[in-house]
Amino acid sequence: MFLINCPYCGERDQQEFKAGGEAHIERPKQPTELSDDEWAEYLFMRKNIKGVQFERWNHAHGCRKWFNMVRDTSNDEIKAIYKMGEKPPSQ
Amino acid sequence: MTKNLRVKTSEYIDETNRISFKFNGKTYHGYKGDTLASALLANDVHLVGRSFKYHRPRGIMSSGSEEPNAIVQINPNSDRTEPNVRATEVEIYEGLEATSQNCWPSVEFDIGGINNFLSAFLPAGFYYKTFMWPASFWEKYEFFIRHSAGLGKSPTKNDPDIYDHRNLHFDVLVVGAGISGILAAKNAAKNNFKTLLVDEKNELGGSTIYENNEFNKIDNKTSSEWLKKEIEEIKGIKNLEIKTRTSVAAYHQYNYLLARENLTDHLETKDKTNKIRQRLLKIRAKKVILATGALERPLIFNNNDRPGIMLSSAVKKYSEFYGVACGSKNVFFTNNDSAYESALSLYNKGINVEAIIDIREQSESKIVRKVKETGIKIYWSHSIVDTDGYKRLNSVSIMKLSNDGTSVTGSKISISCDCLGVAGGWTPAVHLYTQSGCKLVFDEEKNVFIPNQNTSNQISVGSCDGDFKIDEIIKNLNQKLKDNFNIKETDLDNMKVEIDQENSKRNIWLLPSNKPLGKTKPFVDYQNDATAKDIKLALREGFRSIEHVKRYTTTGMGTDQGKLGNMHALGIIADTAGVKMGELGTTTFRPPYTPLTFGTIVGRNVGKFFDIFRRTPMNNWHVENKAEFENVGQWKRAWYYPINGETMHQAVQRESKAARESAGILDASTLGKIDIQGSDASEFLNRVYTNAWSKLAIGKCRYGLMLNEDGMVYDDGVTTRLGENHYIMSTTTGGAANVLGKLEDYLQTEWPELDVYLTSVTDHYATASLCGPNSKKILKKIIPDLDLSDENFPHMSFKETNIGDIQCRIMRISFTGEHSYEINVQASYGKDLWEKCMEAGKEFNITPYGTETMHLLRAEKGFIIVGQDTDGTMTPIDLQMDWIVSKKKYDFIGKRSLYRSDTMRKDRKQLVGLLTDDPKIVLEEGAQIVSKLNQSPVEMLGHVTSSYFSPNLNKSIALAVVRGGKDMMGKKLFIPMKDKNINVTVANPVFYDEKNERLNA
Repeated sequence: MFLINCPYCGERDQQEFKAGGEAHIERPKQPTELSDDEWAEYLFMRKNIKGVQFERWNHAHGCRKWFNMVRDTSNDEIKAIYKMGEKPPSQ
Repeated sequence: MTKNLRVKTSEYIDETNRISFKFNGKTYHGYKGDTLASALLANDVHLVGRSFKYHRPRGIMSSGSEEPNAIVQINPNSDRTEPNVRATEVEIYEGLEATSQNCWPSVEFDIGGINNFLSAFLPAGFYYKTFMWPASFWEKYEFFIRHSAGLGKSPTKNDPDIYDHRNLHFDVLVVGAGISGILAAKNAAKNNFKTLLVDEKNELGGSTIYENNEFNKIDNKTSSEWLKKEIEEIKGIKNLEIKTRTSVAAYHQYNYLLARENLTDHLETKDKTNKIRQRLLKIRAKKVILATGALERPLIFNNNDRPGIMLSSAVKKYSEFYGVACGSKNVFFTNNDSAYESALSLYNKGINVEAIIDIREQSESKIVRKVKETGIKIYWSHSIVDTDGYKRLNSVSIMKLSNDGTSVTGSKISISCDCLGVAGGWTPAVHLYTQSGCKLVFDEEKNVFIPNQNTSNQISVGSCDGDFKIDEIIKNLNQKLKDNFNIKETDLDNMKVEIDQENSKRNIWLLPSNKPLGKTKPFVDYQNDATAKDIKLALREGFRSIEHVKRYTTTGMGTDQGKLGNMHALGIIADTAGVKMGELGTTTFRPPYTPLTFGTIVGRNVGKFFDIFRRTPMNNWHVENKAEFENVGQWKRAWYYPINGETMHQAVQRESKAARESAGILDASTLGKIDIQGSDASEFLNRVYTNAWSKLAIGKCRYGLMLNEDGMVYDDGVTTRLGENHYIMSTTTGGAANVLGKLEDYLQTEWPELDVYLTSVTDHYATASLCGPNSKKILKKIIPDLDLSDENFPHMSFKETNIGDIQCRIMRISFTGEHSYEINVQASYGKDLWEKCMEAGKEFNITPYGTETMHLLRAEKGFIIVGQDTDGTMTPIDLQMDWIVSKKKYDFIGKRSLYRSDTMRKDRKQLVGLLTDDPKIVLEEGAQIVSKLNQSPVEMLGHVTSSYFSPNLNKSIALAVVRGGKDMMGKKLFIPMKDKNINVTVANPVFYDEKNERLNA
């Protein structure tokens, strides 16, 4: 059970949070311009890394804010947490 | 026949408090402070159970939670019965009953014992190999296997006890209250860390508390004497909380630990009621100190499992702590010095020690020399090759061990004895450490796996970190405390420790016998009857991974999880396969460390507390009027209102007819309601719904369909424009929370530039939906001042008004196809509103209806229910709802996906109506649809999603999704059922009032 440092509320138990999948996948501004393959890339393709992964998390049972997390999936170490819109830390 | 083996008064046994208990129907006596095991041993009862596979007689092996053999059924004839309980952990109380398990008809005479003589035919993997063929016999085999499987019996009645969960937050958690744990907790607490110290036993002090080795002294006192003072001292430290009878079951990431606190198991039955039996502690600690100690290993030799063969440390604990002699003729078998402490402990109490058999060539420590002085016979370089005695050990046979330790030589000597204490060295209890995700390393010198790392958040101290000698323990503990807690000085600095000289050890994982291995039974896993020869067989058959060998031989898979024998299994594999133990690794230690009851796991979340539920403000009215309820998400919704013993079908038919013929009323409070405000609210709705919203006038309502980005229908509902920048969105009952979440997600991450604010107001309003041709007259009676003409208040519009002093919002919208109003008031006025409607509607026979009638009425109209007629694979086009998808809008969530080649396929499953040729037959929801009969395999075209008997049409109607259904209008299809085929015709899904004339009726 993680202890997650919500950038708005501080450290809280994992059960207050919801995981939201891979981070930094931006919704295309002009979807109609995209080919089926390009749209499918946005829609379906997600990485599943053993190691350092960038993820979205939501403090669903708290402030309800979304934020980003850098997590090592091999040992669940949370390496960094930063707000939406902020630049990801360099690896 | 029974002897009293109580040898001296012990301060932990209250001899003034005599307790009677029953074991296998016979009454025995013990004292307050006894465990079931110590009390049985005091009565000279060793035989307590039968092994799992061969049903061999087994006795008490240990004195703690690692016990593999002495597992019993507690209180077998009561609601509180519990199987697989370790007799070594049960504190006795007046009236306690216990029985042996896995034996029939009794532990003394067990039919299953025949397996012991068939053991040559029951090797590892016997079941895998034998019951494979012929395959058709499996059902017959299964019957017998099921009957012979399992240990104890689970209770058949509801658990009468109460359980609880509690969250705890500490700076420091110390697991284990032996000498290391006590010193660690004391120094942490004294340095202003809020500290919790837990131990599974009822007394603090671990094994040091009964340690009387005169050659190991702390501050010139024996270690037990010294520790008792420490214990008194820590009980007064403010920052320190101590919990005994508390066993840590699991160590998860980020220092999150689960522990079971046992509160009433040691009390008499009359004192157990209305108390919390066990509590699951959910502990989050900034730092965790593991002081879990070490477990003594047995030695692996031929017939090493007879009742009377015990761990040497257990023999010592029973003697020193409980004041019980485990036998009257004791022998020890050892590879290190610790058996000498046990022997001396017995000797000092006048208990007969026949001999010590030591596989080492010599030891010159002070304790060994002291034992020599007593005249106890020591056999150096000897090993036990066999034991005798079926239900109780009566002798051991020993032979000289060869120099390389692989064979025995010379003549056999037989030593008569009734108790054998075995000392095979100590294994650090690293279970919790590895559960936390950290790795072990093999210490070649000490021959044990020890923790590889201490982190800033977690340290292992004492013998669980591989420090077995008291001076080492103190020195290393002191350093770790200083490093990890930034402490300059501790009271360990000035401790004066004297210890006996170096312990020499000789480690042989599998001891040789004069017989070939195949003719011997050297047990590695006692509970599951896995022997060294099973392990070797597994290796011969090609298993290499320790995890595979474990599963094939079942070594370490009993309720004790192989706490005693796992190391030997690894050692034997390493020796046989010629690899190093460090390379072999260990099997995974999984939670829980000791078994947990289901009660502890679920805590209070049982019965009506299993899940939270929500009730509408009108709920009491529904209850008073005998509604049946349906769970919708977390909501309890009125399902139907049976009158005079009506069946559900009768009630729903009546309600459905009444709603169309005169007036009906539905509690719609559960629909999700999201208040949307902000200057970009219209633009936001444009992006989240498939249709256009910019031009919706203030005071008007519009139905909207929401998709996922993949183009599939996600939710639907009516949204009303309350003001220029103000909307109220309604969602499905079950989807409300997810819709809000999804909208917030887009606002926060994709479109943060939009000025939009979302607030869930579902609970703030109560909603009564008034429908039917007389609904207008009823509303007129309630609000006489409101102009209800179609000009002033047309369909799909909204009015804000008052009912008396109560503010209300009324939407003229319809989910039934009838003229209808949704009246929203502040939640606390909900029941009042409902009763007003009922009163006003009396003359029109207003009929309350539940969710089932609502479903029927909307199905007559062909309105979908998201989640019933859709399943996450339906696009609006599939639902024949093209009309709601804007062609003009540049973008909305899911739009691009509607033009993917897959979503544009003509043969997708599409929503259609189905009419049965026989109008009386009502289809089953979920039934499969085919176009051809008598063909196999037959193509499944789709399935029925909604099906009812319509009282208003007097025929059965159904909605279904059918592959290419759009182009099948009028086509005959079949629904094959178990006993018949039903003929159906594809129809328009709008069955009733296709022209929507009733909306304005």
